[in-house]
Amino acid sequence: MNTSNNLLYLILIPLLSSAILLLLGRKIDRYGHLIGTLASACSFVIAVVEFFAMKSRDVTQRAVTQKLFEWISVGDFKVDATLLLDQLSICFVLLITGVGTLIHIYSIAYMSHDRDRRRFFAYLNLFIAAMLLLVLGDSYLNLYVGWEGVGLASYLLIGFWNQKPEYATAAKKAFVANRIGDFGLSIAVMLMFANFGTVTFSGVANHAESASRSALTAIGLMLLLAACGKSAQFPLQSWLGDAMAGPTPVSALIHAATMVTAGVYLIARSNFIFDVAPTAQMMVMIIGAITLLFGAIVGMAKDDIKKALAASTMSQIGYMILATGLGPVGYAFAIMHLLTHGFFKAGMFLGAGSVMHGMHDEVNMRKYGGIGKFMPLTFVTFGLGYLAIIGVPPFAGFYSKDKIIETALNHEGSAGLIFGSLALIGAAITAFYMSRVMLMTFFGNERWTNRADEPHEAPFLMAAPMVVLALGSICTGFLFTRGESLVNWLRPVVNPAGEQHLVEHYSATSISIAAITAVLIGVAFAAIKYLKQVPNIAPDNVSVFTKFARKDLLQDEFNNAVLVKPGQSLVKTLLNFDYIVIDGLVRLVGALSLDAGQTLRKLQTGYVRSYALLMILGVTALIFTIWLVTL
Amino acid sequence: MSILTVMMLICVIGAGMLFFIPTAKTVLVKQISLAISILVALIGIYLVGSLDKTQSGMQFVEIRNWIPTFGINYSVGVDGISAVLILMSVLLVPIVLLATWNESENGRWSVRTFQILVLILEVFMIGVFAATDLFLFYVFFEAMLIPVYFLIAGYGSGERAAAAVKFLLYSLFGGLLMLAAIIGTYVIAGNQIGKTFDIEKLSTLQIDQTTQNLLFLGFFLAFAIKAPLWPFHTWLPDAARSATTGTSVLLVGVLDKVGTYGMIKFCLKLFPEASRYFTPWIIGLALVSIIYGAIVAIGQKDIRGLIAFTSISHFGFITMGIFAMTTQGMSGANLYMFNHAFSTAALFLIAGWMIARRKSANIADFGGLQRVTPVMAWSFFIAGLSSLALPGLASFVSEFLVLVGTFTRYPVAAVIGTIGIILAALYILIPVQRALHGQTLKSNENLSDLDIRERVAIAPVILLIILLGLFPKPILDLINPAAKTVITSNGFSDPVSKVKK
Repeated sequence: MNTSNNLLYLILIPLLSSAILLLLGRKIDRYGHLIGTLASACSFVIAVVEFFAMKSRDVTQRAVTQKLFEWISVGDFKVDATLLLDQLSICFVLLITGVGTLIHIYSIAYMSHDRDRRRFFAYLNLFIAAMLLLVLGDSYLNLYVGWEGVGLASYLLIGFWNQKPEYATAAKKAFVANRIGDFGLSIAVMLMFANFGTVTFSGVANHAESASRSALTAIGLMLLLAACGKSAQFPLQSWLGDAMAGPTPVSALIHAATMVTAGVYLIARSNFIFDVAPTAQMMVMIIGAITLLFGAIVGMAKDDIKKALAASTMSQIGYMILATGLGPVGYAFAIMHLLTHGFFKAGMFLGAGSVMHGMHDEVNMRKYGGIGKFMPLTFVTFGLGYLAIIGVPPFAGFYSKDKIIETALNHEGSAGLIFGSLALIGAAITAFYMSRVMLMTFFGNERWTNRADEPHEAPFLMAAPMVVLALGSICTGFLFTRGESLVNWLRPVVNPAGEQHLVEHYSATSISIAAITAVLIGVAFAAIKYLKQVPNIAPDNVSVFTKFARKDLLQDEFNNAVLVKPGQSLVKTLLNFDYIVIDGLVRLVGALSLDAGQTLRKLQTGYVRSYALLMILGVTALIFTIWLVTL
Repeated sequence: MSILTVMMLICVIGAGMLFFIPTAKTVLVKQISLAISILVALIGIYLVGSLDKTQSGMQFVEIRNWIPTFGINYSVGVDGISAVLILMSVLLVPIVLLATWNESENGRWSVRTFQILVLILEVFMIGVFAATDLFLFYVFFEAMLIPVYFLIAGYGSGERAAAAVKFLLYSLFGGLLMLAAIIGTYVIAGNQIGKTFDIEKLSTLQIDQTTQNLLFLGFFLAFAIKAPLWPFHTWLPDAARSATTGTSVLLVGVLDKVGTYGMIKFCLKLFPEASRYFTPWIIGLALVSIIYGAIVAIGQKDIRGLIAFTSISHFGFITMGIFAMTTQGMSGANLYMFNHAFSTAALFLIAGWMIARRKSANIADFGGLQRVTPVMAWSFFIAGLSSLALPGLASFVSEFLVLVGTFTRYPVAAVIGTIGIILAALYILIPVQRALHGQTLKSNENLSDLDIRERVAIAPVILLIILLGLFPKPILDLINPAAKTVITSNGFSDPVSKVKK
């Protein structure tokens, strides 16, 4: 395999920048953000160079590696710190550094009033470095380092304003939920080592078929658990909504475009496991389908613009996960949706940030209304993202989502029909809730109270990234599907056997028509409901369904009842048990021996009596033992 | 003369020198003991640097007759496992002395006595890991209690006298059980190969299963108390709450390691069949320690109690790794001992500084420290991340090696143990949130951040935590040959991956 010496710099530059920003502290407050942005941009430039170099090579020669050093080596367990850049990881590297740099630029303006802007950029750089390591590691253990690294960055950024207790709690919740997923990743790695004697991607891929069916299923399910934690999939989804506590650029970069899609990467990367583990694959589809509906339903009821978008992210990743469950043909479409989503969702989050910026950090859409004419650029860029996500042709999301629905419907057996139909229903709901966001924010009656201070358009540094991302929302879908460019590009990694759709139950055209119809139905419902006057306080007389959706389908209530409450009482019980029973016994023995020692007390003072007693005990034990051994 | 003896002698001479310095010259006393400990640390680095990594036997051996009538020798020597633990001990002492520069000021006795006690303790710490004679080991093992007892009782806080007694009684009890087992072993040796306490020779004894089991238990209980393993752990939180920070670091960082070290060097080496017999029980105890320690840690209100219980959980991992009987488990457990010393030292030291500033050890009394004392807060956070074994930091490598090494032989145990990583996130992040995040309480607004001395003391620890996370190779290379020998001489070999079969 070819080698490249540049891969390390991709990671090292943002990592060093992060360290510098943290270590030099307030001294470099004035220009710290510039260092951070420059570091991210440097990585992007290297990524672009590597991309064109890769493109110019022959299809079989595209992947490059760079061995850094021997990391762990004990017995047969050998893990090197080696980076691997192939057709799959370059997609992520470009997305991470490209969107990442745009969001750095945006944040210069967005965070300009924050006293800790430098620290913010340090965390962003740390995130970029960790995320790059995640997608560049050539083994599951290397990936693991990046995997928890992004979790750490996410924790730090969600809790960036941790002086608010609920924000600090949100950060902790995200980390713990992710750790439950990491439990799965740990077990998966152990299973791989026990079965294959290696944890590198290529090693596992080579041996995968020779393992037992049950081992493969177990590995697949554990990887899925990991993906559920990181990508906020059911049943580990509850942290994502709260993660919106982080500054909005963070929501755009980490909790929409990149980190939360790491689960999709993990499954696509592990295609060699899932392709031979049908049970695990079925679970992947089920989890994806549940989450895409879960997120969409929650999205319908949220009045907080960021939480509505977060629910939408969860739902869109559900689509991607569903696609990865569809087998060799599905992975490329999952990645395609991931990339287009990276553009349009990041764009919309930045748009939401722009609205908040113009509205004194108000996030409640019921206090918005009619903002479109005050913030035309935000309106247009957000609107383009909106058209992309609901799947209006020819915008990006139309192509990518359509492909997923198409592949699902054409999947073999009744599963195909079921999951395809669910994806279609999801598309209708997506159209509904996104139109709701659009209408409540930019159209209709102006419901903000502070009339004296009209919403103002974002400054240039914020506007420019929004424009770039909006362009991506327009054209990426078209670019990726033209000549099946992305599918062909990814094939050597995710579909090396070159498997194609054999059966075509439904034609592509009829599926597109069905999808567009679903979208129109969703939009129409939203228009009927939200084109009229929107009350500025959420009405109470709503259906049980809406009430449930507002409370995230009772996810927190469920977790509290099943995990938190029993957990807390377990902690209390064990604390008492430790003090009363275990230490109690110790104290009892101590007290008894001290009592027995009372007679010696007159002779000795202090603790000597205890020594004496123990000596007696010891000698007894000694005599007993010697007696035993000489029997 | 072995370099090991030299290291011990330097400490003894240092302690002796302090006797001749007037009590009042506290700064000079401190400077001398710091200099001595740094010198010993440098020799310790030289020791591991010059160890021949290609062989697994004892090196730097020195044997002198001590009490020939009983076949007792002063004999010392190290393999990779003991050398790494000696390095750990001698690196910790100067860090502790510098970090807790002023802690000895308010004790019952003088600063000079404190420093002498620490240097004497260092002698015993080196000796206990270097001894290759069972009797000599026992002497060091018990002798360590004395300086620690006086360090807790004389310089601690709160119910220091009670805690010191509890520590002493508990340890003595274990020590006496071990003494009985040692004498039992000695009697058998006398019948079979002649009077000797030489560990290498003792390991060749043919002992029937029942006797082995009894002797094994004598050693194991002593080590399980020392480590400490559930349910013999309750002395540790009490001691940690009452001892000075420096004493806690040495207690948990070094002395407790003697327990897990002893399991490898004596339980496994002298009684392989008994070890096999008891392995399921011990793995069970280790698992209870991992989970139980973590859960009780979550509920701690006192920050030192919290660190103590996290250590109980960590010692569960170490014990599990040892008895999994795979190279990954064994090397992982030994690396874990080394890494744990530094991440726990960091936690204890920073907690000590927090407590000294706030005059309270109650986690709820802190809050918002990140705003007021960013360096202290960040140091605590990084130490915490190491404690929860974040990949990229030192503890991750050792913890994962233990888990993967256990998994290949006992998958169910490894899966249960892995639950510990979720609990670890809770027991670290809950206090982090309470102490570092949130609004800064009025009472904390004027707390001062770490001063230069404190930064100099903690920086190398944090650097080591990060560097060993990325480059564990230097330490692993030392441990691996010795760890492999333990596995093979116990008649085990690593389970072969299923595909290769």
